[in-house]
Amino acid sequence: MDSLLTAIFEPGFFTSEPVHTAMIIGGGAALVSGVVGVFTVMRGQSFAGHAVADVTSAGGSASFLLGINPLLGFLGMAVVAAGGMELVGIRRIRERDLVTGIVLGAGLGLTALFLYLDVTMGSTTGAANTVMFGSMFAIPAETIPLALIVGLGALVMVAVLYRPLLLSSVDPDLAEARGLPLRLIGFLHMLMLALAASLSAMTIGAILSTALLIGPAATALRVARRPGSAIVIAVLIGLSATWGGILLAYDSYYWTPGHGWPVSFFVVTLVFLSYVTTSRLGGDRQRRGATLPRVRHSTTGKA
Amino acid sequence: MKLVAVCDGGEMLAVDRVSVSLSGRQILQEVDFKLGPGEFCGLIGANGSGKTTLLRTILGLQRPSAGSVRIDGHTGLRSVGYVPQKTLFDPYVPVRARDLVALGLDGHRLGLPLPSRSRRRLVDEMLKAVDAEGFADQRIGNLSGGEQQRILIAHALIRRPRLLLLDEPLANLDIRGVAEVVGVLRRLSKEHKIAVLLSAHDMNPLLSAMDRIVYLANGRAASGRTDEVVRTEVLSKLYGYHIDVVRVHGRVLVIAAGAADDIHAAVEHHPAHVAQIP
Amino acid sequence: MFSSFMANTWIVASIVAAAAGFIGFFVVVRGSAFAAHALPLGTFPGAAAASLLGINALYGLILFAGLGVAGIIQLGRRGRHEVATALTLVALLGLGTLFLGLTREYSQEVYSLFFGQVLGISDSEIAPVAAISAIAIGATALLFRPLLISSLSPELGEARGVSNRRMEFCFLVILALATAVALPVVGALLVFSLMVGPASAARSLTDRPLSAMLMSVGIALVTVWTAIILSYVSDWPVGFFVGGLGAIAYAFGRAWFRARTVKLVRIANA
Repeated sequence: MDSLLTAIFEPGFFTSEPVHTAMIIGGGAALVSGVVGVFTVMRGQSFAGHAVADVTSAGGSASFLLGINPLLGFLGMAVVAAGGMELVGIRRIRERDLVTGIVLGAGLGLTALFLYLDVTMGSTTGAANTVMFGSMFAIPAETIPLALIVGLGALVMVAVLYRPLLLSSVDPDLAEARGLPLRLIGFLHMLMLALAASLSAMTIGAILSTALLIGPAATALRVARRPGSAIVIAVLIGLSATWGGILLAYDSYYWTPGHGWPVSFFVVTLVFLSYVTTSRLGGDRQRRGATLPRVRHSTTGKA
Repeated sequence: MKLVAVCDGGEMLAVDRVSVSLSGRQILQEVDFKLGPGEFCGLIGANGSGKTTLLRTILGLQRPSAGSVRIDGHTGLRSVGYVPQKTLFDPYVPVRARDLVALGLDGHRLGLPLPSRSRRRLVDEMLKAVDAEGFADQRIGNLSGGEQQRILIAHALIRRPRLLLLDEPLANLDIRGVAEVVGVLRRLSKEHKIAVLLSAHDMNPLLSAMDRIVYLANGRAASGRTDEVVRTEVLSKLYGYHIDVVRVHGRVLVIAAGAADDIHAAVEHHPAHVAQIP
Repeated sequence: MFSSFMANTWIVASIVAAAAGFIGFFVVVRGSAFAAHALPLGTFPGAAAASLLGINALYGLILFAGLGVAGIIQLGRRGRHEVATALTLVALLGLGTLFLGLTREYSQEVYSLFFGQVLGISDSEIAPVAAISAIAIGATALLFRPLLISSLSPELGEARGVSNRRMEFCFLVILALATAVALPVVGALLVFSLMVGPASAARSLTDRPLSAMLMSVGIALVTVWTAIILSYVSDWPVGFFVGGLGAIAYAFGRAWFRARTVKLVRIANA
């Protein structure tokens, strides 16, 4: 029994400080991403979510230049990106995706510049890796208070706006008829996205934070009957994937001695697997006619 | 003596006791009607009554669980013009009206479209037929609802099919658009002997244009001349409960029983408002 | 700047821009912004895997581009299309981080995969780039009309006998190919700007589909040439200029479009 436990939780797991930090911030990221992500998927804004996350990389790389806490860099950039995307303010989904893409392209161009400057001016190497893929075990413990504030801020926003946000995500025409300020709600949702994305960017990197945002939410929406339970399920999936990923990454130091496998890989793989295994379930549920929120497709078909 | 249908003078479209079920639900039950060349027929029914399903079955996109569809005597390949519903274009798309009509001719051909005089001529002919010469070079996304529908009709007719199906072409059109489209369709059907079947949930704009009507309710259909079909007895039997057909100011209302008296009273007080209850 | 050393850069960049312009026209018409972003990004693990195995990066790129297409289509069958794109993307990227972790790649490798390494293009790399781009461009030209009609309306396409599914598949494959070759030049992240920026400007400048496609090629070429010149002069990365110029092209397109529409309305109301 003892040896089984040590096989799963390799020595030092529970006492290691980087692991503690990782579990807290990673857990926070999973929590916030799961909650916000459910609305993002319902609104059909997966691309915007991904774009905001990618663009935060510019902030992350700038933070090395400026010598500030990466979380602040991620956060600042995310807010700017969210504002930019919502400011252009378009209803037609195809056009909105195009704008999202353009902002993404420009933002990534900035990332390219900042990373280049990091190397030439700041002589920071390894920035690209850290910014893009996160550094779960290298997060300084001092970041925790700031991360908690960011996380709480996002959750408070969701709690306060729950009903209008839900209605405008599920049935925007009805919401508009009821007099809800759709553009304001849309902007606030983008802001929540920014907060969630910056937290995830710190842990699993800008590029992969989409996984935490979209994956658990999409899986949950397939399986759940009501939005409330979808949120709970999304958070559970996100937490399991994140903590599971941390554990596996820690253990992997012992599999290939001296060199661990990246946390982000495990987290993403777990998220992906959970989505794919519910594929069968989701199909059946839809056929039985359970009430899922109306889907807004931003696809190659007509909007 | 029974006349057997042959090419000219025969039926353009024969729907023989077609039944369709989807996902275990019976959508259409023994729908049976014929359409001759140049006849203008309205397929009327409420939303969800199976109009689109019937049109898709006629097009061959949906297999009936019973019965068959014959077009111009054949059950195989169909040369049918089709205007699908809710085809909207956004103004950013760089495609002109005449480009869309040209795609009706050769949208399936491989290779880049090189300029062709014969294609240009055919496209111009179609544009003239639907009165679209005035806006032929404008972007399709910039056209009004009625103008877009006319372009879609030109697109559907450029290969000269003898049967034209339209799925809810009048929805989302203003009064002027409706008049334009119905007028163009009526003229085309008479001048070029094209059988036209168009679906709608309101029969009133079509009353003067229709030669016959197919009324769908409860998955079943009643077909014939408008005055034969749109009657209290016929529709009540179709719906399975008592229906009143009320004619007010030249418009037809189909309403559940009991409401008829209220309608009459309301019309007396407010003759301008005439509500439609599907 | 015009030395023989840079010659390869000019050649490859122009080929890549041409392909991006061609396929970008359809990316914009179909609104497939996400797929056009996700596919290139998803191919980066292929380059990482290739360097792990010591084989030509192009094979890895094409393999992962294919995986991306398969993922988007397969997952898209069961669920929402954009979710399928997002998850396919992150799954492939997750693999990418693993490969990078295993090779203990330095940050520079990551950087160049994402943002391009325009300057270090060898002679041997030109031929495969040219060949694959030619295939992508040729396929786009060949399928111009069926792609266009099914992009405008899948039902109108079906009525003409053009299978919407098949067109979606072909489009994604062409996108994947154009993407895989552009990667070494502008990097995974900025191929997208080359595809979308010029095409969005072009669609505002002309009403004709064929002209719009050719114009987007022209604008893409100008964009990439300008970016190379600016990058050479400032030493800043090419990708930065491509991203910025793409945004400018789009903004210009929108502004021009609005000006034209206002003029049309004025004429109509006169």
